Amino acid sequence: MQDMLRRYGGTLTGAFFLLTAFWLLALIILPNITLFESSFRLYLPVTEIGGPRDVYTLANYQKFINNPVDTTIFGMTFQMPIHMKTFFNTVLFSAVVTLITFVVAYPLAYYLAKVVSPASLPTLILLLFIPLWVSEALRAFAWYIILTFNGPLNSLLVAIGLLEKPIRWQNGVFTPYDAIVIGLVYTYVLFMLFPIYGSIQSLDRNQIEASEDLGAKWWQTHLRVILPHAKPGIASGSVMVFMLSAGSLLVPTVLPSTSSNWFTQTIQVLMLESQDWNSGAAYSFLYILLCSVVVALVMWLFKVKLSDIAK
Amino acid sequence: MSAGVELDDVSCDFGKFRAVDHVNVSIKPGEFFSFLGPSGCGKTTILRMISGFTDPSEGVIRIGGKDVRGQRPNQRPTALIFQNLALFPLMPVWENIAFGLEVQGVDKATRRARADELLRLVDLPGAGDKMVSQLSGGQKQRVAIARALAVEPQVMLLDEPLSALDLKLRQHMRAELRAIQKRTGVTFIYITHDQGEALAMSDRVGVMSQGRLQQVADPREIYNNPVNGFVASFVGEMNILRGDVEQVADGLAGFSTPHGRFRARLSPSATGGAVKLYIRPEHMSLAPDGGGENAVPVTVGDIAFEGNFITVSATSEGGQHFTAEVRNDGITRLPERGARLFMRFEPQRAVILPDETRV
Repeated sequence: MQDMLRRYGGTLTGAFFLLTAFWLLALIILPNITLFESSFRLYLPVTEIGGPRDVYTLANYQKFINNPVDTTIFGMTFQMPIHMKTFFNTVLFSAVVTLITFVVAYPLAYYLAKVVSPASLPTLILLLFIPLWVSEALRAFAWYIILTFNGPLNSLLVAIGLLEKPIRWQNGVFTPYDAIVIGLVYTYVLFMLFPIYGSIQSLDRNQIEASEDLGAKWWQTHLRVILPHAKPGIASGSVMVFMLSAGSLLVPTVLPSTSSNWFTQTIQVLMLESQDWNSGAAYSFLYILLCSVVVALVMWLFKVKLSDIAK
Repeated sequence: MSAGVELDDVSCDFGKFRAVDHVNVSIKPGEFFSFLGPSGCGKTTILRMISGFTDPSEGVIRIGGKDVRGQRPNQRPTALIFQNLALFPLMPVWENIAFGLEVQGVDKATRRARADELLRLVDLPGAGDKMVSQLSGGQKQRVAIARALAVEPQVMLLDEPLSALDLKLRQHMRAELRAIQKRTGVTFIYITHDQGEALAMSDRVGVMSQGRLQQVADPREIYNNPVNGFVASFVGEMNILRGDVEQVADGLAGFSTPHGRFRARLSPSATGGAVKLYIRPEHMSLAPDGGGENAVPVTVGDIAFEGNFITVSATSEGGQHFTAEVRNDGITRLPERGARLFMRFEPQRAVILPDETRV
């Protein structure tokens, strides 16, 4: 503060201060408080707002556990509230996306950090970044085209004889969420790659050589030396990819199957189609809370500290 | 168990740069052998070739008589101690030491027992559960040695492991390393640029310059009978005089310089080519008068009192610097700065050597 005053003078420092305060207060804190407050009130006709029915209630949150439907997991069928089912599917497939991005990103990060010659590194990183210059929407639509029934993927696989006839990829080969998972992996893989790259890069090469010299095979070196060192990077990459996937609206909307439903779509329907901002707000806060609980649980399971991620 | 190491005409190129140039040496089983040389002389490359991290461009490396070409570091019976030790910071000390056993699939109880045994060997009993970051520099050193010994290597390779320690600890660890080597009987190959370290610990020393092995001999021989000017001036201090060889008699040669005529031993390796006269400072003595041979009139410059000895720097009339190291016997009076006296040496203790290094 003292330093800023000396460097920029009173007027400019004041301006910085006010602008930042305005941004934080008017554009982030106040809207969220308003939304939070409205999540505890009922969605009423305009004439009844402020009337006797306009009271604070948890009714909006309770909708999350209403409307049970049949759900089948591992052959067992039981009743589960429909929105809760959507939530569990979203968390499950976000986790799948996180896992796949890790499997893709870790070898690539290791290759970039320790194998490739420093001279060709900038070119490779540029090549990785170029797809990021294209908007997320276009990239999702590109996958839509690739995966369509008469699209390039089917043509290629049929042409080289891997498939006898085209597959309806978008309807899902393994699950109804296949196309969404593919789209999300493609969109967010770099958010996994760079934290892991950073953490592997900071590993002293002698550690890898020492491990090999002591007789470790390559996978033992990865398991005992490189992976433990990269853990903070893996953790922060995973949290980012998981939260971004769970919060994505575009990819699940562009690449859906007939029976896929992402929790963000549920919120969107409430807020924009039903105009029920109160329930939408309640679902949004519930979603943040539940996702945070999931992340905290996984971090606890893998013994990752919050300070590791901040590194 | 220990094995010998043979380097048979080994060279190594990095692009156009030749880091190691036709090195031939045979290291005996159980020997403590040092490669001594300035940085960039190729000694670390030799170590990396023996351990398997770098492949020789030419020549053959044999460990225990077997050609090790194509064997990865994890297949060779060698263990390398890195300059920065490269201990695993996320493992406790005992897991570090037992790492080589762990990757072989040895069970945990046996690993722990072996780690504790090795900790006693390196004089660190009970440190097994500490983390590496809790140890001091000397303790880390011992852990690195224990970790390398755990895989029962036939050859131990050490890449300047003492260079990060302070002087006192370094001297202590020298003796320690030597003792561990004698106790285990493992062949030690030690890399250093510190001549004191090499001379004090080694059975034999190989002095290197610009990728070539200049001389391989025991420490005394290296110090007392260097084969060329590089070895002479890299190992220890030297007074060096330019000049020409004159008549030779009984292994002694006349040597004429701008500062006078001297007589000195003529090294057998000084055949043709440029030569110089080398005299160790401790073989120089101070004399009030210039009677007899090999005496130079000088003016005393700096006098450094080092405790057990005194270094006297002086300049001759021709501008040549001389240094003499005189033992401090406690009674001899020191010369004054600016005093005029003579520096002298015995012909047997000075040597005429080829100037250039062996190429």
